Amino acid sequence: MPYNEPSPLEVKVLTRRFGLADSASLDTYLATGGYEALKKALGMTPGEIIEEVKLSNLRGRGGAGFPAGTKWGFVPRDSARPKYVVANGDEGEPGTCKDRLLMEYDPHQLIEGMAIAGLAVGAHAGYIYVRGEFRYIIRILERAVEEARGRGYLGGNILGSGFGFEVYVQSGAGSYECGEESALLESLEGRRGVPRIRPPFPAVSGAFQSPTVLNNIETYSAVPAIIREGGAAFAALGTPRNGGTRLFCLSGHLNKPGVYELPMGFNLLRMIHEVGGGIPGGKRLKAVIPGGSSCPVLKAEECDIAMDFDSLAKAKSMLGSGGVVVMDEDTCMVQAARRIMEFYAHESCGWCVPCREGTNWLRRLLRRFHAGEGSRSDIDLIGDVARNILGRTFCPLGDAAAMPTIAFVEKFRDEFEAHLEGRPCPFEGRRREVPAP
Amino acid sequence: MSKLVRLEIDGKPVEVPAGTLVINAAKTVGIEIPAFCYYDGLTLQGACRMCLVEVEKSPKLVTACTLAAAEGMVVRTQTPQVVQARKAMLEFLLTNHPLDCPVCDKGGECELQDLTFRYGLGESRFLETKVHVPEKQWSAVVYYDAPRCILCYRCVRICKEGMGVSALAVVSRAVDSEIAPNMGDHLYCDECGMCIDICPVGALTSQDYRYQTRPWEMKHVGTICTHCADGCTTTLGVYNNRVIRGNNHDRTGLNGEFLCVKGRYAHDFIAHSERLKCPLMRVDGKLVEVSWSQALAEVAARFGGIRSRGGKFGVIGSTRTTNEENWYLQKFAREGLGTGNIDHHRSGDVISLLSALKGRADALAATSDLYERKAALVIGSDLAQQHPLVAFQLRANWRHHESHIYTVTRGPVREDAYSRLRVRAEAGRELAAAKSLRQALQAEPELLILFGDCVRGAAVHELVEFGDSLGIPVRYICLVDYVNSRGAMDMGLTPGLLPGYQPAAAPGLDLAGMLAAADLDALWVVGANPLKNAALAAERAFVVVQDLFLTETAARADIVLPAACAYEKTGTVTNVCGEVQRLSRAVTTMGAKPDLEIFRSLAARMGLDLGEPETDRVYAEMRRQLPVPAAGEAARGVVASAGDTLFTSGTLGRYCGVLRNVREAPGGLYQ
Amino acid sequence: MTFSPELEARFEKLLKSYPEGRESSALVPMLLYAQDEIGAVTPELVEEVARRLRLTPAAVESVVSYYSMLRKHPVGKYHIQICTNISCQLTGGEELFEHACRKLGIGNREVTPDGLFSIEEVECLGACSWAPAIEVNYDYHHKVTPEALDRLIDSLRKLH
Ligand SMILES: Cc1cc2nc3c(=O)[nH]c(=O)nc-3n(C[C@H](O)[C@H](O)[C@H](O)COP(=O)(O)O)c2cc1C
Ligand code: SF4
Ligand code: SF4
Ligand code: SF4
Ligand code: FES
Ligand code: FES
Repeated sequence: MPYNEPSPLEVKVLTRRFGLADSASLDTYLATGGYEALKKALGMTPGEIIEEVKLSNLRGRGGAGFPAGTKWGFVPRDSARPKYVVANGDEGEPGTCKDRLLMEYDPHQLIEGMAIAGLAVGAHAGYIYVRGEFRYIIRILERAVEEARGRGYLGGNILGSGFGFEVYVQSGAGSYECGEESALLESLEGRRGVPRIRPPFPAVSGAFQSPTVLNNIETYSAVPAIIREGGAAFAALGTPRNGGTRLFCLSGHLNKPGVYELPMGFNLLRMIHEVGGGIPGGKRLKAVIPGGSSCPVLKAEECDIAMDFDSLAKAKSMLGSGGVVVMDEDTCMVQAARRIMEFYAHESCGWCVPCREGTNWLRRLLRRFHAGEGSRSDIDLIGDVARNILGRTFCPLGDAAAMPTIAFVEKFRDEFEAHLEGRPCPFEGRRREVPAP
Repeated sequence: MSKLVRLEIDGKPVEVPAGTLVINAAKTVGIEIPAFCYYDGLTLQGACRMCLVEVEKSPKLVTACTLAAAEGMVVRTQTPQVVQARKAMLEFLLTNHPLDCPVCDKGGECELQDLTFRYGLGESRFLETKVHVPEKQWSAVVYYDAPRCILCYRCVRICKEGMGVSALAVVSRAVDSEIAPNMGDHLYCDECGMCIDICPVGALTSQDYRYQTRPWEMKHVGTICTHCADGCTTTLGVYNNRVIRGNNHDRTGLNGEFLCVKGRYAHDFIAHSERLKCPLMRVDGKLVEVSWSQALAEVAARFGGIRSRGGKFGVIGSTRTTNEENWYLQKFAREGLGTGNIDHHRSGDVISLLSALKGRADALAATSDLYERKAALVIGSDLAQQHPLVAFQLRANWRHHESHIYTVTRGPVREDAYSRLRVRAEAGRELAAAKSLRQALQAEPELLILFGDCVRGAAVHELVEFGDSLGIPVRYICLVDYVNSRGAMDMGLTPGLLPGYQPAAAPGLDLAGMLAAADLDALWVVGANPLKNAALAAERAFVVVQDLFLTETAARADIVLPAACAYEKTGTVTNVCGEVQRLSRAVTTMGAKPDLEIFRSLAARMGLDLGEPETDRVYAEMRRQLPVPAAGEAARGVVASAGDTLFTSGTLGRYCGVLRNVREAPGGLYQ
Repeated sequence: MTFSPELEARFEKLLKSYPEGRESSALVPMLLYAQDEIGAVTPELVEEVARRLRLTPAAVESVVSYYSMLRKHPVGKYHIQICTNISCQLTGGEELFEHACRKLGIGNREVTPDGLFSIEEVECLGACSWAPAIEVNYDYHHKVTPEALDRLIDSLRKLH
């Protein structure tokens, strides 16, 4: 593993080739069971493939956790229009850095997963939409596609089966909102990353006004294992309704931050201490953002929790995209709230009123507040403005901005109060030590 | 008719066709759902979030502007949650809004003001400093004030979808988003001002109206635009006997919200400094100002003299005067002066069309057909330039109903972009080119044929034969150009046809004939400029001209009588589709008189009893039975288009400051 | 406007990756790849891309101004993008950004007078577990300390 050492607690299904020599090459892939699933799938009916994926309890790894098999089932079988498979490699949610690894170290696993999805819904072309900053990843993917096509794993007649599937790689150019599925499709079609009115959903009218399955990179990357080993085996790795493993991106105040593949439902405290090596300098845990910056923060005492979609929903947070951001006792929660709002205000596409105006308002309010120029009524105002955004925007970005803000104010009101009356940030001076490389 | 669905809105049962948006379904039972970005007929945005409502079984509030009514749906628009959401959206919109309402052109008719008053919060909790961005001038007509903009995208859509121009777009993102013109810092477009009119706030303003007055200080007069034959209603804002602006914000008339640059802005000719305000008489070879009574007495005396010695009169009528005036003028000529020499500038061959149709009234199209018929064939017209409203309606039909448009033109036109088939044809080859579309046209369920001045005389008969041979219902529009071109013909301003296309017993000279007759004793020109590019053969003829300005023809006159323009009189005009509409007087120009009043004074002075105009009767008869004009009439008259573009309006265009200041938008834009 | 043969080849490949009539889908990547070669999205580039994709320049402009990686003015030969988003902030990203500004004597989105370096504060780069992260042009650097950044800048400067 070039970026971080693996953990002995990992259950390596999607990442099992990470660390192998030349893991991105087709030879390595084939030598380790690659494209076996596609061969198997070519002998199955579309209905059987979808059933298997449903059985696996694979839920979307992009954030919302929608069951993948169910989504595939929405694609109308009888539509006369061509159908498409789109992989979301925008990886923009702060705290998340796992799709990058899956594309970098095992591109064929993704391609195979997409081809199987194509088989399941009757699509013959797929697009991998990759954020513009990941230029080197695009090169890796393009090479993998060439290789696969060269040896008949992609192309007009895959392995002589008569089934054809092509994969294209498309670059973004700097926009978090382009990770939102309909904005992604707009960007893919050469326009501003402004989301679309839904319905119709992509499954009915997506890319090029045609039925489209759109999933996260990790979601597709799980498919070969599901088909190869069976949906039930994958499901058994996780908790009920939360099948398999997922890649958790541990970041923030940890001794061993890194991306680790762990079973769904893995305990968060164990993740922090046993996988992530605990908090540097023996500091105490203050809070964790469990699934990327749009997920409501958990206080330390809420962290004894199983990391799966349902448990986190019960705790009024979300599993999101698997970005686990750990914050120690020296962290200023007002500063964290401000930083997160800077992000959403910058990345709002600007289309709808509450998100465009609300995130900007909150950004300015939080800047002023953190600078010590806030008043007591501002504390409620921050929460109020966020609640006025919540649930009323055109796409979920507004919610993504509002939910964490509301949680910061509700759970750390004392820290907001500590910033009042011109007081300097109480955490100022406790600056971060940068971990040694 | 699509199937009906039943739903409940605020406890009231509602029944609407499936697919109706909830925002519109609510209107049918008198429930207003506030909206900014929703605009009837334009694509849906879901951007302003003002129209959020509660829908049973939906966990979140839903936008009523994007939600189709469905059977059994239960909608609530007045719950505390909805009321609070509206307050929140308005508070958001006002965060960076300058609130300079007291000096904003839109103040008093601003949708943001109105909705804030009705649904808003009493106070703002926004304490950050507002970001100021200076206003920008985009063209001779359009100004943009970014901080006032609420980003409803109505302007972008009306320009793209409504006008087919696409000159506006959103740039940047997040809170920096704003509207930008197509040329970076300026606009290159039709300058129609649709964007300004449709803007719910004062973000887009017009050069014309900026800082002129407050809307409630004006008198609003709905009348008919005088610049082309399409017959748009324009509502003139009048303050202190001055027309301050034109718009059609209330969407009345045939045109709905539409107006082109002319209908909206080209009203400044009324108060132009060269406007004639006093009669002129030639004394010692020079035109000098005289009183009305002096001028009228002179005309009456000279006309009387010529009539009594059996002299030769020529009368050229107008395509801009009212039906009543035209009717009265032809009667004056025929009965009062005893001459059949009467004509006007014909811009399309309506007469041949009526003759070819042989009384089939149902084969004449109405303006509403442009929006409703399933297919249309346009022959020899650059509609977007020459018939802006016709083009707008056809475009709307294509957008909303996917109607099929076919074009046969000499060069590229804007309709190309959405026509199903297009054929280029040199002058004179248009009809043949149209026939080459036979196969496609035959497959249509019905067809509208619009033709310009290139199809005339025998070709019109041939066109109608072609239409008949298609075996589908066909309706026709003969594209005449001026505001009352059609009425001039209906009212008998032609040498061979009386009002209602009744054959004249003794047909007189046509326009060219009069100009060429060396023995003409008197030429009476009412609201026309025949000497612009032609000479008058009868050098000694006594020439009387009624007009607004000292045109080339007026400059040759012996007596010039200052006439009132269409915005200064009442009466009716008939548009390109034959629809009769009423003018309202908006202002008066001291010294000028309506043509009808001039005719009457002259008649009185000459001792003629010509009675009241009987236009109503003529129409009643025409409507009862479509007249079939005498064959051959058209062939004798010259038919030529006005050749106007969006930025010209015959002679009148020269006196419209706005039309002269806008950049010409050449055809290249429309490819 | 002419492009290198490699870029032309890339365009050609891109244009073939969409259904017929959907060529304008290539807009975003085309602009980004062309910018890499030319240094910025210049008015000429906008014209050229618009012409090739049959769009109006205004429509292209509207897209350009949306994407944060597309820029109208050239950046330094080494464009240092420093993430200060949450994971990087927690591990010193903001301090790193300030340090870089001090070291190079320039502010956010500014270019050093010799045209070698420019700095941009960016949002999450997708490297949160190895924060703080920076990207120099398209090269990622992880767990960057101020000292490591100094060394990197110095070594790049030595190349010139
Ligand atoms: C603002 C916003 C940004 C998003 N960014 C991403 C992203 O970067 N990657 C991703 O896979 N999904 C992202 N999503 C979620 C996608 O909309 C979509 O749900 C997902 O890609 C579907 O794939 P899945 O079902 O496999 O998770 C984002 C959603 C929103 C609202
Ligand atoms: S919530 Fe609205 S403004 Fe925000 S990103 Fe979504 S559509 Fe754009
Ligand atoms: S300028 Fe007016 S019409 Fe256009 S987006 Fe702004 S507020 Fe809406
Ligand atoms: S289309 Fe004709 S009638 Fe309508 S506003 Fe324009 S000039 Fe006037
Ligand atoms: S009117 Fe419905 S969102 Fe604007
Ligand atoms: S927060 Fe800096 S790379 Fe993700």
